[in-house]
Amino acid sequence: MSRQFTPKVVTANALLEGDVVYLTKQGHWTRQHAEADLIEDAVTAEIRLLEAQALAHEVVGPYLADAVAGKNGPEPVHFREAFRTRGPSNYAHGKQPV
Amino acid sequence: MYAYTDFDRDFLAERNAQFRAQVERRIDGSLTEDEFKPLRLMNGLYLQLHAYMLRVAIPYGTLNAGQMRQLAMIADRWDKGYGHFTTRQNIQYNWPQLRDVPDMLDALGEVGMHAIQTSGNTIRNVTADHFAGAAAEEVADPRPVAELIRQWSTDHPEFQFLPRKFKVAVTGSDQDRAVTAAHDIGLRLVERHGRLGATVLVGGGLGRTPMIGKVLSDYVALDDLLPYLEAVVAVYNLLGRRDNKYKARIKITVHENGIEEIRRLVDAEFAPRKAAFNGADMALLDKIKADFAAPDFTPGAGDFQAHYTDDPVFRSFVDTNTVAHKHRDYAILTVSLKAHGATPGDATSDQMRVLADLAETYAHDELRISHEQNVILPHMPKRHLRAVFDALSQAGLGTANIGLASDIIACPGMDYCALATARSIPVAQEIATRFEELKLEHAVGPLKIKISGCINACGHHHVGHIGILGLDRAGVENYQITLGGDGGPDAVIGERAGPGFAYDEVVDAVERLVRAYLDLRDHADETFLDTYKRLGATPFKAALYPEVKAHAA
Repeated sequence: MSRQFTPKVVTANALLEGDVVYLTKQGHWTRQHAEADLIEDAVTAEIRLLEAQALAHEVVGPYLADAVAGKNGPEPVHFREAFRTRGPSNYAHGKQPV
Repeated sequence: MYAYTDFDRDFLAERNAQFRAQVERRIDGSLTEDEFKPLRLMNGLYLQLHAYMLRVAIPYGTLNAGQMRQLAMIADRWDKGYGHFTTRQNIQYNWPQLRDVPDMLDALGEVGMHAIQTSGNTIRNVTADHFAGAAAEEVADPRPVAELIRQWSTDHPEFQFLPRKFKVAVTGSDQDRAVTAAHDIGLRLVERHGRLGATVLVGGGLGRTPMIGKVLSDYVALDDLLPYLEAVVAVYNLLGRRDNKYKARIKITVHENGIEEIRRLVDAEFAPRKAAFNGADMALLDKIKADFAAPDFTPGAGDFQAHYTDDPVFRSFVDTNTVAHKHRDYAILTVSLKAHGATPGDATSDQMRVLADLAETYAHDELRISHEQNVILPHMPKRHLRAVFDALSQAGLGTANIGLASDIIACPGMDYCALATARSIPVAQEIATRFEELKLEHAVGPLKIKISGCINACGHHHVGHIGILGLDRAGVENYQITLGGDGGPDAVIGERAGPGFAYDEVVDAVERLVRAYLDLRDHADETFLDTYKRLGATPFKAALYPEVKAHAA
């Protein structure tokens, strides 16, 4: 039996800066996790990942990451993805509020 | 220091121009990421968690003031004003942008530095004892040998696509500050009948399957060293597993085939290769040795003794951060990049410039980077120590904690590294802060705490007296503790203590270990490691897991 699908976002790193980016519903890349398209089914997830891979001139290494619906948009599930939304914990370099 | 020749400079310029064109082709879409990735890795450029990372080699950890200033300039111009010194005598820039990297490489090339072979399945930056050329007990300065190996291995056509990365370390001292037993090849320079040679260890390494290197040859004469090394790497290149990256390092090759069989194959390979060298490498070594001639040491300690006697703060700094130099009026000064609560190994561009100025003004224009992520002024005249201490203190570099609990090796962990499974840096910061608050670390004395954020063990946790390995346990950071590891001449892999600790438990766990040691030690001079060796793991485990002890009772 296949595993039950859990919601996902498409994420990658921007080609020029290396920043963490997320695919929006409109097919653009955003730096904000909350603006990502939260994908609710496996077929759509596969299609959206293929779309992202076709944008290889803009990003590097797109993949699907688990997420859940939050108050202001999708939120990461795993701590690794949570760190990717805000940058390193030792400096305010990245997306932490300054 | 080794001075780059026109050949070296042209080589770097050409290589950088090649990479510049490759970057342009990636950006304009002519190259896919799959095509570009091996090319960027050949030039030290990774893509990490939040950004690109450029890893720059500091061969055998040696650099001069001009090079340090250039590293600072690069940090300011193309990064965020700091650099991270690593456990492999490299500096990493954590925030470069792809378009800028060719300019960064050109700037490095201006001062004879590069990022070649700091990545990929090839012979990596050759590391060496950070006290080389200065240590009182040294048999020979290992750096000329390390430089010879660097030149031989750089772009060596046979060894660009090895089964896995390959690390070589060289020491010229029986103190082995280069952790040679934890390298693919470890070289320990020795003298036999008045002739310099090397004991060759092979198959050491930490990571997923930690192993201590085995002696492949007790003595290889210096004039046979390069063909012998070439034979070792050639045998590995043929035998090494390419079917499974976790079994690809030479330690597995040695383990699976046995050291005797590896020795037989190396000896067979060595004979024909030896003929090809013709002594040209020894002529080159002689030239290289001249570049590493010791500076003219100026006698006289000035008013060092008066400052040492009168000022307890200065005295503590000297006692903790300096060791004996081969010249009695000099000291080897280790500058801590581990101020309590700071990120281990990080230096701001301003701090780099202070270190460069001090080296140039007072200390024969020489600096070293240690695998313990500190900076060393190897030839520090005692008469200038006071002035240097004052300047360091002003720059936030005067922490007197070398070899103590807060002098922690920590890999970048999940704060930066794409491979990591947990964070290392904040754990190191919190442990250091805790010991500062407790005012205990000087009473505790020598204690090596080492932290890795994943099984690859860049933080050398296996050879920490207290090792900490960060893992992902069901989506939560979890920290496993190992005890009794040692990276010295009689290197030992630490033993896993038991179940791991949650992020918010691990600092308390380390404190319990240290407090247990203070209760258990025979006398104030018995170190943590000696106490552990005397009593074994049991009393330390009892301190780590008090609930288990209570339950058993």
